[in-house]
Amino acid sequence: MANERSFVTISVVSAQHPGRARFEALLAAEEKVEPADWMPEGYRKTLIRQIAQHAHSEVIGMQPEGNWISRAPTLKRKAILMAKVQDEAGHGLYLYSAAETLGITRDEMVRLLHEGKQKYSSIFNYPTLSWADIGCIGWLVDGAAITNQVMLTRCSFGPYARGMVRICKEESFHQRQGFQIMETLCRGSAEQREMAQDGLGRWWWPSLMMFGPHDSDSTHSDQSMAWKIKRVSNDDLRQQFVDMTVPQADYLGLTVPDPELRWNPERGHYDFGEIDWDEFWAVVRGNGPMNRERIAHKRAAWYDGAWVRKAASAYAARHTGQVG
Amino acid sequence: MTSRSETATSCHREEHRQLLFRYVLAHADDNLILAQRLSGWISRAPDLEEDIAMANIALDLLGRARMLLDYAGQLEGRDRSEDDLAMFRSEREFTNLLLVEQPNGDFAHTMVRQFLYDAYQTALWKSLCGSADATLAGIAGKAIKEARYHLRHSGTWLLRLGRGTEESHRRTQRALEGLWRFTAEMFETSETDRKLAGAGLGVEPAGLQPGWERGVEKVFCEAGLQIPNDRFARSGGRSGFHTEHLGLMLAEMQWMQRAYPGMQW
Repeated sequence: MANERSFVTISVVSAQHPGRARFEALLAAEEKVEPADWMPEGYRKTLIRQIAQHAHSEVIGMQPEGNWISRAPTLKRKAILMAKVQDEAGHGLYLYSAAETLGITRDEMVRLLHEGKQKYSSIFNYPTLSWADIGCIGWLVDGAAITNQVMLTRCSFGPYARGMVRICKEESFHQRQGFQIMETLCRGSAEQREMAQDGLGRWWWPSLMMFGPHDSDSTHSDQSMAWKIKRVSNDDLRQQFVDMTVPQADYLGLTVPDPELRWNPERGHYDFGEIDWDEFWAVVRGNGPMNRERIAHKRAAWYDGAWVRKAASAYAARHTGQVG
Repeated sequence: MTSRSETATSCHREEHRQLLFRYVLAHADDNLILAQRLSGWISRAPDLEEDIAMANIALDLLGRARMLLDYAGQLEGRDRSEDDLAMFRSEREFTNLLLVEQPNGDFAHTMVRQFLYDAYQTALWKSLCGSADATLAGIAGKAIKEARYHLRHSGTWLLRLGRGTEESHRRTQRALEGLWRFTAEMFETSETDRKLAGAGLGVEPAGLQPGWERGVEKVFCEAGLQIPNDRFARSGGRSGFHTEHLGLMLAEMQWMQRAYPGMQW
């Protein structure tokens, strides 16, 4: 609450704040804005919204992948998957920390997530139904995430940009392991190839949706571009992803589920069909296949753990300095 | 020409190899089954830090299980891989301790189970660092470092839970009462154990018990937890006589390999 009050104070004076000139100068010089620097209230709120959404995505993303840890086909795959899901938790942790530098607490962000007031990536509202889905998440979902996040390493807000450097390194490892799962399936039996094709069929379009609405329909894009939070537009990033991924699908011998997909030599890019925007908005609004389950799982874990957190706090309060 | 004493030595070595196979496999099973159990917490922990910690510990245990399974496969000499051993043995062929197959329950139940096991693993691997078998000693050298770290984690949680709130104390005491009967099994000494210990390859579990008891009693005392008076001890895991929990867990863990045998993944 103290933070919210201080936001109000800042926003009242922000129009004529002397820090504004320095903020504009930092952006113009491609230098980083740091937490202690003055920043416009809208910039702060946009970053909190975006970084919290990113952190929540990492954490909710643990569920669809975690769904296959107990059934991973080999012990090596089990170990890799566990390590990957652990990485996602780690990403969540330092993204929450980056957001906390902007004056919001992790508990507050978790509360907003549980109340549906902050979002997470819609991609995780789709179920993982076969082992190939673990391959598809690495290959397509992490691939799409990297496309987006490489751009974010150049974001104007220092803690977010720096966090992205490390996250991108780990994500590119995740992407390779996903592709390798697909490659192994595609070189395997007919059943395995069928599994791989079924996975691509279900994950392709939701992966393209990860880049968000068309530029013309994107509410936050223009301001974010001006603030250099976002450096490349949704449609351009989506095109980059399609151009990168289609040859990989060809290499795997899989069919991308888009009859309109073809190479356009004039543009030097692939042309592709239109996303089902009704589905996109339905999932965003909470009516995807797994929205309710994901939040129910997250809330259950949080409430089941309440007595543990309470015990840890009570103990720490009595034994400050003794727990290590 | 092979002399009588050389033949005897070779028989002896073959006997040891088969005993060591069973011994290594049992310890592999302990770690594999607990890794599988613990990984069930991932995305369900009380906070993100603990999600990471439990995934980390599960990964250590799985890594240890894999090294041991791989070595067991070599000792057996029947060309069985870690996955063959993990995925194609039945419930009756698993020889893990009953303690590790017990369901996760609440966080207190998981942490008490983990603490009892970590204390045992710390004692076990410390002793096995001195094994005359170089591979086992090497695995022990890595395992002891992890086990000490795990013990610090679970031991600290026992203090927090035991001395935290009335509720956390009650839950932790209840967990201890529910799990205590599975602890004696860790220290049962079989004929295999005796022979391997005699040859300097293994340790007699009974010898680990006094140190283990002192260690856990100290933490329970600090945590304000009472060791149950119930002297009933349940055992059988080492001979494949399990609780009903293991079969269901294996059904899940082994499903892919059983449904699609003989494939690369």
